[in-house]
Amino acid sequence: MNGNALDLAILVLVPPLLPAVIARTKAFFAGRRGQPLLQPYRDILRLLRKDAVYSRTTTWVFRAGPLVSCATALAAGAVLPLSASRHAGGFSGDIVVFAYLLGLGRFFTMAAALDTGSSFEGMGASREAAFSSLAEPALFVALAILAINARALSFAGTFGALTWSMWGWNAPVLLVACLAIGVVLLAENARIPIDDPNTHLELTMVHEVMVLDHGSVDLALVQYGSAVRLFVFGALFLHTVLPHLEVSHSTGAAILLAGELAVAVMVGVVESVMARLRLPRVPQVLAGAGLLAAIGLIIQLARSAR
Amino acid sequence: MNPADQAAVAAQGGEPRRIEMGSIATHDPSAFSESCVSLCRGGARLSAMLTIPTPAGADVIALLLRDHEGRARLLRMQVAAGGEYPALTAHLPQAQAFERELFEDHGIHPVGHPWLKPLRRHAELEGTVREDRTVPSPGSGAAWPGPSPRALRHPFLVVEGSDVHEVAVGPVHAGIIEPGHFRFECHGEEVLHLEIQLGYQHRGVEGLMTRSSEARRLVVAESVAGDSVIGHALAHCQVVETLAGAEPPMRAQVLRGIALELERVANHVGDLGALCGDIGYLPGASYFGRLRGEFLNALMEISGNRFGRGLLVPGGVRFDIPEDVRRDLLARLETVERDFHRTAELVFGTQSVLARFEGTGVLTEMAAEQLGLVGPAARASGCDRDVRRDHPSGVYRFAYIPPAVAADGDVLARALVRRLEVERSLTFVREQLGALPEGPLRVPLGAPAGDCLAYSVVEGWRGECAHLAVTDAAGSVAGYRIVDASLHNWFGLALAMRGGQISDFPLCNKSFNLSYAGHDL
Repeated sequence: MNGNALDLAILVLVPPLLPAVIARTKAFFAGRRGQPLLQPYRDILRLLRKDAVYSRTTTWVFRAGPLVSCATALAAGAVLPLSASRHAGGFSGDIVVFAYLLGLGRFFTMAAALDTGSSFEGMGASREAAFSSLAEPALFVALAILAINARALSFAGTFGALTWSMWGWNAPVLLVACLAIGVVLLAENARIPIDDPNTHLELTMVHEVMVLDHGSVDLALVQYGSAVRLFVFGALFLHTVLPHLEVSHSTGAAILLAGELAVAVMVGVVESVMARLRLPRVPQVLAGAGLLAAIGLIIQLARSAR
Repeated sequence: MNPADQAAVAAQGGEPRRIEMGSIATHDPSAFSESCVSLCRGGARLSAMLTIPTPAGADVIALLLRDHEGRARLLRMQVAAGGEYPALTAHLPQAQAFERELFEDHGIHPVGHPWLKPLRRHAELEGTVREDRTVPSPGSGAAWPGPSPRALRHPFLVVEGSDVHEVAVGPVHAGIIEPGHFRFECHGEEVLHLEIQLGYQHRGVEGLMTRSSEARRLVVAESVAGDSVIGHALAHCQVVETLAGAEPPMRAQVLRGIALELERVANHVGDLGALCGDIGYLPGASYFGRLRGEFLNALMEISGNRFGRGLLVPGGVRFDIPEDVRRDLLARLETVERDFHRTAELVFGTQSVLARFEGTGVLTEMAAEQLGLVGPAARASGCDRDVRRDHPSGVYRFAYIPPAVAADGDVLARALVRRLEVERSLTFVREQLGALPEGPLRVPLGAPAGDCLAYSVVEGWRGECAHLAVTDAAGSVAGYRIVDASLHNWFGLALAMRGGQISDFPLCNKSFNLSYAGHDL
């Protein structure tokens, strides 16, 4: 099978599995059995069969929100190497495109939330804007560390440079980058300790409250899109953490899938052992991750200049 | 009152809880206000206010409790129809709900009350009311000249400014909870002011209590708040027994105590789990949630109902704890208690949990004192009051449960008070199960005394449940007043939110866990 076709198939089909794995992990810790692994797929199919209800106060922006955020998540996944570091979607500068695709999706989610005119959704959008303005620099600086480390502006180049020997001599800086990406992964996917995806309390929500008014196909797109975003961040995290290996597409795909499952289990474990942060603490954590990444960047620059 | 009756009534508590109506001195309105205020300045607090419509106007009786002495005082005034009196609330914020109710239901105007917003019937009274509207008075069915609709129209307090925004929550909520409307005035994430508007659950409980047969009254009392079945049923049964001058057998009193404490434990454990759930702390939510079921099941084994419905009856209890069930319960309670202890150690030892609980929703002791808070919420703010110790009745006259008091008044304090109360209540339940007195379960009740007032206060799990009943000359109920802890405590939640984060509201709300139904009646 063509490697790129394999990547695409994985990107499109696998993501809804991850929320189910997280839920199962949490269920294990709670002493419950948990939902079937295919439940998210069933939920999405069920939602696709439903009719939508739109408030009269909303405009096309409201309908565009889920569509754009889902599409941008898929596009971000397409520019990211999945089963191997060389792939059809890669080009010089894809790192920047990746970050901005996710930013565009976030912008439309927030715009759709504001479009409803609901005070809840406005509050969620305001929180999301505040937090992502701190999460984005953290991600960018972490990606900059990787780019300078590899002297390349593409994912293929940066990941290709992360070999065993590179980890051997540049581990501290790379670890800092991994940590920042890990924090951004939890923040961007609205997971504990940043946000609680399972709460029903609107006043505490960040991401979930912005999609409260969506139903049917829109909600299916929202759920699918957030699963894809989790998958994409998981892949980014894995490629950064795992030293680069020259393997075939199928082996690479197997490593990727195993890694994604491990990331989902890790997220589930984090959610099972700690409480959510108080909301004013969240910017401090994100700014802290950004600051740490900035220090890593300075060290990286000093090393590269030598 | 004959001597035997007097002895029986006295045995209910340290002092008689049945008083002939004629022996309650009637004050004129201004003297009534003055006495109430001076008594409360001397350490008493307003527990309940009962209003009975009379042909000339209304009879208002206030029950004031002096916790540190374990004594009660009744003050009475007569107001003409549509009359007025100097408001207590101007000096005693704790009277605010009672006086709003007096104005709304009976048209009596407390002059100088700072905020005469309808307490319950705003939806019915505001906006759609006609100028010639009259409020039917409960009980007599006679029309009562109500307050003018303009006086009842009371918009939400609004904070003005360019960066201030308003968030309206409810009365329809996202979860399966009771209806209530919360209006937040916010500056960014900070809450400047929270206004709580209730009344959506108003069912006319007190009217039902006066109109219904005794068998039905018991069922209504059990339904005042679905999670305080034993608390309100016990308060009601004690009122009926006091009126009849009867004392239930010792075994029944012990069984009632066991049921009340099991109810307390089940609710406190459930609350601790819900607090963990609100901050996304999964282990606490799951383990406490499971343990809550264990205590509800214990109640079910005793009464056949997980919430203890049908267990209590005036004169005693309906069901016994047989020897085999007693042993089984004792053995099970021991394991469950160990599990509770382990889970509590885990939760209160987790830093991320403490970080959320500590300093959230602080209610100062002064505010709690002034608002007349009761129950665990008051004790968490440092107000050392517990009906089981201060005004003991039933088994609590013989068994002492040390009240759990904390000083900080934050969510952590309210959680810690619950934890301590669970532990102490379980010790009590095990002690009582270990030495159940023998004897009958019920005594037959005589006819209720006529022209009397009887009251009873019970420390339900949420706080004080106060029931007052007044009988007419024939001994049938002419007026009945129920005060759930929620009526005192809702305002405490509103104050605790001031200056807090709006995202912390659900957590803070859960730490009070007040009843909408108990407030709205």
